[in-house]
Amino acid sequence: MAQTNEGQEQAVSRRKFLKNSGLVLGGLVVGGVAGSLLRTQAPPPPAAAPAPADFNQALMYFSPEQFRVVDAATERIFPEDENGPGARTLGAAYFIDHQLAGDWGFNARDYMQGPFYPGEATQGYQGRLRRREIFDIGIQEMNNYSTTKYGKRFYELEADQQDAVLKAFEADEVKLTTISASGFFKMLRASTMEGVYADPLYGGNKNMDGWRLKNYPGNQMAYTQVIEQDQFVKMEPKSLRDHQHG
Amino acid sequence: MPRRLPKVDVVIVGVGWGGGIIASELTKQGMTVVGLERGKERKTEDYFMVHDELRYALRYELMQDLSKETITFRSNTRIRALPMRSYGSFLLGTGLGGAGVHWNGQTFRFLPYDFEIRSKTIERYGEKKIPEGMTIQDWGITYDQLEPYYDRFEKLCGISGEENPLAGKRSSPYPTPPMKQTPAMKMFAEAAKKLKLHPYMMPSANLSQQYTNPDGVSRAACQYCGYCERFGCEYGAKADPVVTVIPVAKKTGKFEIRTHSHVRRILHTGNKATGVLYTDVTTGEEFEQPADIVVLTSYVFNNARLLLLSKLGRPYDPATGRGVIGKNYAYQVIRGGATGFFEDKEFNLYAGAGSLGMTLDDYNGDNFDHSDLKFLHGASISLSQTGQRPIANNPVPSGTPNWGKEYKAASLKYFNRALGVGAQGASMPFRHHFLDLDPTYRDVFGDPLMRITFDFEEQDRQLAAFTADKCGQILKEMGATHIDVRRELGPYDITPYQSTHNTGGVIMGASPDTSAVNNYLQMWDVENLFVVGASAFPHNSGYNPTDTVGALAYRAAEGIAKYAKGNGGLLV
Repeated sequence: MAQTNEGQEQAVSRRKFLKNSGLVLGGLVVGGVAGSLLRTQAPPPPAAAPAPADFNQALMYFSPEQFRVVDAATERIFPEDENGPGARTLGAAYFIDHQLAGDWGFNARDYMQGPFYPGEATQGYQGRLRRREIFDIGIQEMNNYSTTKYGKRFYELEADQQDAVLKAFEADEVKLTTISASGFFKMLRASTMEGVYADPLYGGNKNMDGWRLKNYPGNQMAYTQVIEQDQFVKMEPKSLRDHQHG
Repeated sequence: MPRRLPKVDVVIVGVGWGGGIIASELTKQGMTVVGLERGKERKTEDYFMVHDELRYALRYELMQDLSKETITFRSNTRIRALPMRSYGSFLLGTGLGGAGVHWNGQTFRFLPYDFEIRSKTIERYGEKKIPEGMTIQDWGITYDQLEPYYDRFEKLCGISGEENPLAGKRSSPYPTPPMKQTPAMKMFAEAAKKLKLHPYMMPSANLSQQYTNPDGVSRAACQYCGYCERFGCEYGAKADPVVTVIPVAKKTGKFEIRTHSHVRRILHTGNKATGVLYTDVTTGEEFEQPADIVVLTSYVFNNARLLLLSKLGRPYDPATGRGVIGKNYAYQVIRGGATGFFEDKEFNLYAGAGSLGMTLDDYNGDNFDHSDLKFLHGASISLSQTGQRPIANNPVPSGTPNWGKEYKAASLKYFNRALGVGAQGASMPFRHHFLDLDPTYRDVFGDPLMRITFDFEEQDRQLAAFTADKCGQILKEMGATHIDVRRELGPYDITPYQSTHNTGGVIMGASPDTSAVNNYLQMWDVENLFVVGASAFPHNSGYNPTDTVGALAYRAAEGIAKYAKGNGGLLV
């Protein structure tokens, strides 16, 4: 039996909590939260205007052709169903595009120095290609395989044919020389899930509808009123944007 | 030529829990301390946008940048070690507060058995019980000797907890009462009691209530926000060095922290350290910081690595078993657990705290009879509710496809209906598990990386299968409708996350023949060099290491002060 938390979540409001919390050492504030995060002025109320265009939904890395392949693939990995939206509606392919355009796509914080040797599976990825290059090759190979097998590009196939292509990659039935087909699939699957569930600030999980699918409340400051409850407490999710501007 | 700076009493390398405790204790006694930290400054305001699973948990915001430095790994000496190019099995901290910032706050004491593991094992089972190649040894200190230091660390943090019926004796109760209990924790406790086991509330550094510690630092109570491990605490509720010991040390006016300062060598003449050589990574300039006493307080790998790079101490040789630096690298056996699925019950699993849980030690240490078992030691078994975040947590019953319609439906259904009961297994050292310098791969300065040679042994496989079954039994008693028991440990694989509880390499003990440091963590071979951290553990227990790291840091601080006031020489 679900219940809502209306009237409870304000029991410990962030402001009140910060005012009461004493991160104090002999008069010296050690935490610093209390001073700097509190706004003295309330933010202006949101204006009643039509929803603005989503400027985030434009490509930073993929070509339109690449985007069509990835968008179709994410939707098969996490399809729309009676539970609610799938990866396409949630913007997962835009999320992946934006991620590949930045640090993650360049493996900026990974050790990418040589020499490069093939290793044991237990030693992890040992290739010299970066994630954006793996995606480039993987997407091209998905289209190649689809064309060879069905005479159409991946995003033009029927859903069950698309599933068959993805399964062939997942099981390494597609033989590739430059990348591992299953390694690419694993990355595609993992980044699809990230696009479904990461905070909407990254371009996926549109309107927090990914979180709503599994009743995840997003960014909440406190669950002290929930933590001991025997019944499931369903609440409207909040995003990091809400946190910064709310 | 490096620029030579004025000499100080003490220089510490790495400002996390170890460095923070040493700095606060020594500056309070009037000594001047410089703390060199390779990473950046950190403060609580930094965590304003911390409830970001992608940034912190999956893109490792607070962790060491592997493009500059990583480790290499091989399962045995017959294969080539290769670099850990991306994170997986464990996460290396960096920056002010170190790994003490992104820990969960689970603060267990090791068992009396741990400190005398070899003697007590032989006493109860005979020497033949210890398998060939297993290099367990006594720690050169007993639980009773270390107890006052545990007490100090727990009071520093304000640990919230209740008496563990199967642990060593406590000189005083936990400073704050236990955390709140969730329905899932109550179910675990009831089931465990029915099975005649001894559950207790997990000791927590997250704070059940507002607390003022003996240094006068006040911190607020935990809000159960569910963003703890891999994250910093925006409330300062979770004890970490930045909100406890570091400001205390700074307030004395005797502690200078230099961030972005990467120590590359310990300088030495004869058998004494004279200071350290470091690079300011923002300018590239090299400095020499002379000091009367040098204290290594970085993570396990860098403590051992700096000694090897500086040619200090005797490097361990697995072929002969001689030498000590790099010896007894150990880890944690974490994969022997079980997941229970509950068709009829939903839990508020999005809420939680890093150290919110219920634990039992009936199968830990030597709390149970090992006569007919093919392993030593054991594991703590816990149900913890750390806050289930949506990207990383998609439990589905075994046999469910990994993607697609069926996967989506199951992952949504079970997100709030699956509970894990996990075992944190001890890791015994073996002669062929060790740390040394990699011959091929280098860091951003051109220095060799640390190389890990490690694999799971039959000991670990037996332990994982045993604890997985126990976890499954508890879930059955809890009424789970479907239970997946993970009995198979497999080989050690560096790709899936397991535990950031790496230990050993600069181990403590009673004799310089078998250990690198004495029970004040003073190096046998270099009397004015102290090496603080889990690098000192001769093996790893079935618990999180931080309480023991903190206790040993207090013990080392006492030793350093004693050494500074005396006429030099070894303290033991």
